[in-house]
Amino acid sequence: MVCDICKKAEATVHLTQIVDGKMLKVDLCESCAKEKGVQEAAGFSLADLLVGLGAAEEIKVESPGAQCPVCGFTQADFKKTGRLGCSACWETFEAGLASLLKAMHKGDHHIGKVPAKAMHTLALSGKVRELSEQLEKAVREEKYEDAAQIRDEIRELESKLKQTG
Amino acid sequence: MIEMKIEDLLKNPGEWVRAEGPNGKIVMSSRVRFARNIRDYPFPGWAKKAERQKLLEMVQPVVEGLPEMAEHFGDSMDNISAIDKQVLVERHLISREHAAKNVGSGVVINSRETISVMINEEDHLRVQSIKSGLQLKNIFKAIDKVDSELEEHLDFAFSPKLGYLTACPTNVGTGMRGSAMLHLPGMVLSDQINQVVQAVNKLGLAVRGLYGEGTEALGNVFQVSNQTTLGEKESEVLERLNKVILQILEHEENARITLLEKKPKLIYDQIGRAYGILSNAHTISSKEALNLLSLVRMGVDLEIFPASARAAVDELFILSQPAHVQKAAARKLTAEERDAWRAELIRAQLGNIPRPSLGDRPPMDGGRTESE
Repeated sequence: MVCDICKKAEATVHLTQIVDGKMLKVDLCESCAKEKGVQEAAGFSLADLLVGLGAAEEIKVESPGAQCPVCGFTQADFKKTGRLGCSACWETFEAGLASLLKAMHKGDHHIGKVPAKAMHTLALSGKVRELSEQLEKAVREEKYEDAAQIRDEIRELESKLKQTG
Repeated sequence: MIEMKIEDLLKNPGEWVRAEGPNGKIVMSSRVRFARNIRDYPFPGWAKKAERQKLLEMVQPVVEGLPEMAEHFGDSMDNISAIDKQVLVERHLISREHAAKNVGSGVVINSRETISVMINEEDHLRVQSIKSGLQLKNIFKAIDKVDSELEEHLDFAFSPKLGYLTACPTNVGTGMRGSAMLHLPGMVLSDQINQVVQAVNKLGLAVRGLYGEGTEALGNVFQVSNQTTLGEKESEVLERLNKVILQILEHEENARITLLEKKPKLIYDQIGRAYGILSNAHTISSKEALNLLSLVRMGVDLEIFPASARAAVDELFILSQPAHVQKAAARKLTAEERDAWRAELIRAQLGNIPRPSLGDRPPMDGGRTESE
C-alpha cells in the first residue's frame, strides 16, 4: 500500500476515524505522517488532513488557475495547508468548496447567529426586494405616482446599504 | 481596567479547576469557543509577520477594553516564557498550537480565568469561555455577549450564506465548538468506554483525550465536542451535546453502581492502591499520577474519602502536570527532578486526607448498593 500523500513510499501509518457516521481512512508513510503532525499530539484531526487531500482536488476541477484577488491565495496553497488565505477566498473558491462543505457539515447554509451589522444589511436588502416587487406592481397597474414614491424609497435604502458596505 | 502580570494570573488556577459546577462529579468542565476573523485581512496562517502584527495591534486593545476584561492579563506570545505558555495550555486557556506562536500572536485572559481570547491562532480571534461542571448554556450566553461586544468594534468576516468565515472549512458557519471534559473511570474499568466512544461518534460528536485532538485519555478524562458548524443553530448544537453528555453521565453512574455490586473488591483494591502509591511515592510521572488521581477522585465520589478531599484532588489534576510542577519549583527541572517534585507535592496535598474508609464494609458480599 502506498502513501496517500506522496504516492511513493510504503504506507505504515493507518488512520481511521468515524465522523458523523461516515468512516474516513488515510494511509500514510512515516515521513508524511510526521510532516502532517500525526505523531505529535498537537492539533491533528483526520478531517483536517482529508481537507488537504481530496478537497483541494475538487477545487482544482471546479476553478482551475483561480487566485484570490485579495490575498493571492491559490488552490495549490489550499492543498498544502487545508486552510484558506482570507475571508475573500471563500468567494473565490466557493464552487469548489461547496461539495466539501456538504460532506463535512449538516447543511450547506448558515442558520445561526448573524452579526447585528449584517442583520441590518440583510434587513435593508430584504426591504429593497420587497419594495422592488411593489414597484413592479405599481407600474403594471399604471399607478405612476406611487411608483415614483417607491422608487425614491428604494434609492434611499440602496444608498444606506452602500454606506454600511 | 487593571492589567495583571502573568505571575499574578498564574498564582492560582481558575475557578473551573475546582469542579464545583453542576454535575461536577463527572463533568469536570464545559467550554465554548467562537472562531472569528476580520474581513479581508489574511488569515494568520497565510499572513506575513508584519500583517499579523498589525492585526494584533488592532484587535488586542479592543479585547482588553471589554467589560469582561476589567481585570485581565494580555500580552504578545513572544513575551511569554515557554513554561508559562505550557501552564496556560494545562489550564486549557490556550491551545497547544497557540503555545507554539510567537511574534504577531497574542492572548488576553480575565483574572478569573473564565474567558480567554487567542489572537492570531488559526483564526484571527478564538474567543472561549470555560467553567466548572456542565453548564454549556450559561457559557454560551457569556461568550455570545462578548462576541456581540467585539462585533461593535471589529468588522467580522460574515457571509449570509456561509455564516462566519474561518480559515478551516471545518469551522465555517457558527465557528462554534462546544465541549465538556468528562471523568469516566467507571466505564473504563468496566470496559464500556469504547462502545460509548463509537456511539457518540455516530451522533456527529467527537471524543478525544484530555488535551484535545490526538491526545491520550489520561486520568480517564475524555473530551466530547461537536464536529459540525454549518446548517445548525448554536442552541441546537449545544442542546444535542448537552443531551449526549447527560446520557454518558447516566451510563457512568450505572457503571459505578454495577462495579460496586459485582466487583467491590476490585474497586476498593484499585482505589486503595492508588491512595497508597500517591501518598507514599517519592518519584512519579505525570501520567501515572493522573491515572491514580482519577481513582482517588472516584473514591471521593463513592464516599470512600470525605467530601472535603474533593478540592485537593481536583487541584492536583492540574498542579501535578509538568509545567505546573516546574512553576512550583520556580526553576527548570530535569524529567527526574520533576517526578520527585511531583511526588512531594502530591504527598503533601494528600497528607490531609484520611486513609480510605473501607473497614466497615462487608468483606465478601455485594457491599454498597445505593448510588454515590
